Amino acid sequence: MTAKIEGLKTKKKVLENPPQTIQIKIQRRERPDKSSYWETFEISYRRNLNVISALMEIRKNPVTKDGKKTTPPVWDMSCLEQVCGICTMVINGRVRQACSALIDDLLIESGSNVITLQPMSKFPNIRDLKVDRSRMFEHLKQVKAWIELDGTHDLGPGPRMSNDEALQRYAYSRCMTCGCCLEACPQYHDNNYIGPQAIAQARLFNMHPTGRMNMQERLEGLMGEDGITNCGNAQNCVKVCPKNIPLTKAIYETNRDITLNVLFGWLKK
Amino acid sequence: MAVSKKMKIVVVGGGLAGLSATMKIAEAGYDVDLISVVPVKRSHSVCAQGGINGAVNTKGEGDSPWKHFDDTVYGGDFLADQPPVKRMCEMAPQIIYLFDRMGVPFSRTKEGLIDFRRFGGTLHHRTAYAGASTGQQLLYALDEQVRKYEVAGKVTKYEGWEMLSLVLDSHQVCRGVVAMNLQTLELKAFPADAVIIATGGPGLIFGKSTNSQTCTGSAASACYQQGAKYANGEFIQVHPTAIPGEDKLRLMSESARGEGGRIWVPRKKGDKRDPRDIPESERWYFLEEKYPAYGNLVPRDIATREIFQVCLDGYGVNGENQVYLDLTHIPAETLNRKLGAILEIYEMFVGDDPRQVPMRIFPGVHYSMGGLWVDYEQRTNIPGLLAAGECDFSIHGANRLGANSLVSCVYGGFVAAASAVEYAKNVERKETETNGIYDSEIKRQQEINERIIKSEGPENQYKIHEELGKWMTENVTVIRYNDRLKATDEKILELMDRFKRISINDSNLWATQALPHARQLWNMLELARVITLGALNRNESRGAHYKPEFPERNDEEWLKTTIAEWSAEGPVFSYIPVDVSLIPPRKRDYSKPKEK
Ligand SMILES: Cc1cc2nc3c(=O)[nH]c(=O)nc-3n(C[C@H](O)[C@H](O)[C@H](O)COP(=O)(O)OP(=O)(O)OC[C@H]3O[C@@H](n4cnc5c(N)ncnc54)[C@H](O)[C@@H]3O)c2cc1C
Ligand code: SF4
Repeated sequence: MTAKIEGLKTKKKVLENPPQTIQIKIQRRERPDKSSYWETFEISYRRNLNVISALMEIRKNPVTKDGKKTTPPVWDMSCLEQVCGICTMVINGRVRQACSALIDDLLIESGSNVITLQPMSKFPNIRDLKVDRSRMFEHLKQVKAWIELDGTHDLGPGPRMSNDEALQRYAYSRCMTCGCCLEACPQYHDNNYIGPQAIAQARLFNMHPTGRMNMQERLEGLMGEDGITNCGNAQNCVKVCPKNIPLTKAIYETNRDITLNVLFGWLKK
Repeated sequence: MAVSKKMKIVVVGGGLAGLSATMKIAEAGYDVDLISVVPVKRSHSVCAQGGINGAVNTKGEGDSPWKHFDDTVYGGDFLADQPPVKRMCEMAPQIIYLFDRMGVPFSRTKEGLIDFRRFGGTLHHRTAYAGASTGQQLLYALDEQVRKYEVAGKVTKYEGWEMLSLVLDSHQVCRGVVAMNLQTLELKAFPADAVIIATGGPGLIFGKSTNSQTCTGSAASACYQQGAKYANGEFIQVHPTAIPGEDKLRLMSESARGEGGRIWVPRKKGDKRDPRDIPESERWYFLEEKYPAYGNLVPRDIATREIFQVCLDGYGVNGENQVYLDLTHIPAETLNRKLGAILEIYEMFVGDDPRQVPMRIFPGVHYSMGGLWVDYEQRTNIPGLLAAGECDFSIHGANRLGANSLVSCVYGGFVAAASAVEYAKNVERKETETNGIYDSEIKRQQEINERIIKSEGPENQYKIHEELGKWMTENVTVIRYNDRLKATDEKILELMDRFKRISINDSNLWATQALPHARQLWNMLELARVITLGALNRNESRGAHYKPEFPERNDEEWLKTTIAEWSAEGPVFSYIPVDVSLIPPRKRDYSKPKEK
């Protein structure tokens, strides 16, 4: 399941001499048609804070570091265990989930007591740290990311499969539509490109014995102007994916399928 | 007959239950409006880790749906109405097979069959799993099927909308809902021939819990306040093994024990040694010692109480509220394969590697057995209103067995879908389109919003929520005393009074989260009273509900379902008999294998 196994990892680094207070610098926006601005908040340091609990602290009493009363910052959150993907934002310049961004780690990494929070830049910004990622779900429609069933009535179990096969698919099916890969992709802007997430989901279903039967349609969804050829092979996606999804492998294998399909699919017609 | 207009069903909530229902209704050819606070793919069901139960008997242990049924009823301390439990257990293998066909990457056996693991409260391998993120995988499979129907025009999603109330006609028949757009604050009525509520659990009433931030119970509370009966509210499951955190309690799934994890504390109080340096003979495996038959896999209510007591008695690790959950004797490769996702969570949030160092855990609020009362076809007492999933009260009685929730959500969704369609086909719309009920409900909700927005008092909604959580966690969870329950109810009343003087502190109403939170908070306070007073009234101990003053289960007086109905003066309680027609109640004793 995890790529990084074995390694004899014991206790991680502990923050020595923690600061008395930490500053949270937030890039804010009142609404989509307004321009963005920065505000800095100060909260007292406690152990075991994450970015979410810092934001919760700020929202209770939204006053900036300079004592100005302001509106509470708005952000999305739900599961708080890095599986729903909703709280994704850019933290100290890096796109990731706010729930699993631990303050101590951030302070150790940056060596400073200032933490900056920004909304993802590749999606419409609704307010403050909240963005609209609905287009990612639209992409899933485009690649028909599902299995066609004869019906949901009882037809017995699905096809037999080795555990290895199941594990390979499992690696893709953990994608939580967080959008980190799109944020980091140098080719993706203004929704011009369907991006690694949808390609990997197409791959997930193309790998399934039943899903394979609709592979052609799925590949067609990737052959348009916004399709797979936009990939510039920067490989940023796979570096930022919090679920360690083998995105470049998915792109490679899908490209191969498309080539084969073009070669032989056309012949069949 | 509503023949002229197209039939429409509204499903509120897109977790496992809501999506199961939506899929079935769309498949049957009817239109669904699906309303959800978060994009449905981000619903709380993604958190479920361990697995889904179904007696497939892959291991040749003689497992059967009847044994699953018996384990569930026995584990629930005989408070569940039995016929729907039996039906669910019979349907469970088919449900697992269906998910298999939808492409869920279940873990496999050598022959390529679906593998099963052990979970609490049973002696059989009955839990199918996809690594340790089963809920995520099951939810995605349904999400995908529903997306297919969305493309086909059968399903219209309203994501980022929060249901505020039901639209009832003058005969108390449900004719739709009113929901609020969470960006624009627009209020909109969704007319429907039937409404299915599938809005999940109320964990946030306890402040910190293992639940997602969307689990406020607010929608179920709104239904209760409009006349729906709320049943067995006092039965709240506290999971034995969670990782305490500042913002939430993160679950360490029961599958850790299902795969061989052992719970222990040092025999010597306050032993400060590194756990790896404490020899076997100086470790106290208290669950294994007290419950030789089930060991670490006793049902949750029992494991939780034992851990609590051990810590109360001063045996907690370092004298603190924590015990060890130890996996270090299991090969790392096996752990990665079977439990990878949850071990990652521990590593990510605590920093230790559970393959090397025993985890430190403590119980945390997890699940509500109680919920909206439904009959065997998932119908509430309000005609046209159905409920399914964690927000309904059925199946789990006084204590839920691990991996039984996912299956009950899907089962409930399927049954609700069929009975909603049946009802909607036959219901007459009468003059609902013209008699102004939708407009007047929108107006009523608008007035509530305006009152909250205008209120400029000194009270802070988040602090009120925090206080509620603290009081509920301290007094209405594992060990309950009547005097403290009374004091808690008085506290809730005080908080309700202070609520009237809050200020939402947000002058920008675009996409504000303060107004929705304030509305949820009020609904949580209403439901908190149902939970607390239900517990106060029930003078016995059963499943998750434990009172040292009344330590025994008392079937003579208390083998009955609690029903709470809303009134302006507070919840009004009554009791109805439990349907125990299939398995006669017997005493629970997990120190021995269960008698049949
Ligand atoms: C950490 C964790 C692990 C678990 N592991 C397991 C396990 O291994 N096996 C098992 O069987 N069970 C497990 N459970 C329990 C199980 O996950 C839940 O009981 C189940 O997922 C609930 O599903 P649901 O469909 O009822 O609701 P949810 O998944 O909670 O979905 C509720 C839906 O309602 C929507 N909603 C809520 N309020 C409103 C409103 N007012 N208006 C509009 N929409 C609204 C939400 O947006 C969401 O879409 C676990 C629970 C937790 C917390
Ligand atoms: S592929 Fe990874 S980074 Fe991209 S959306 Fe999925 S989980 Fe996020």
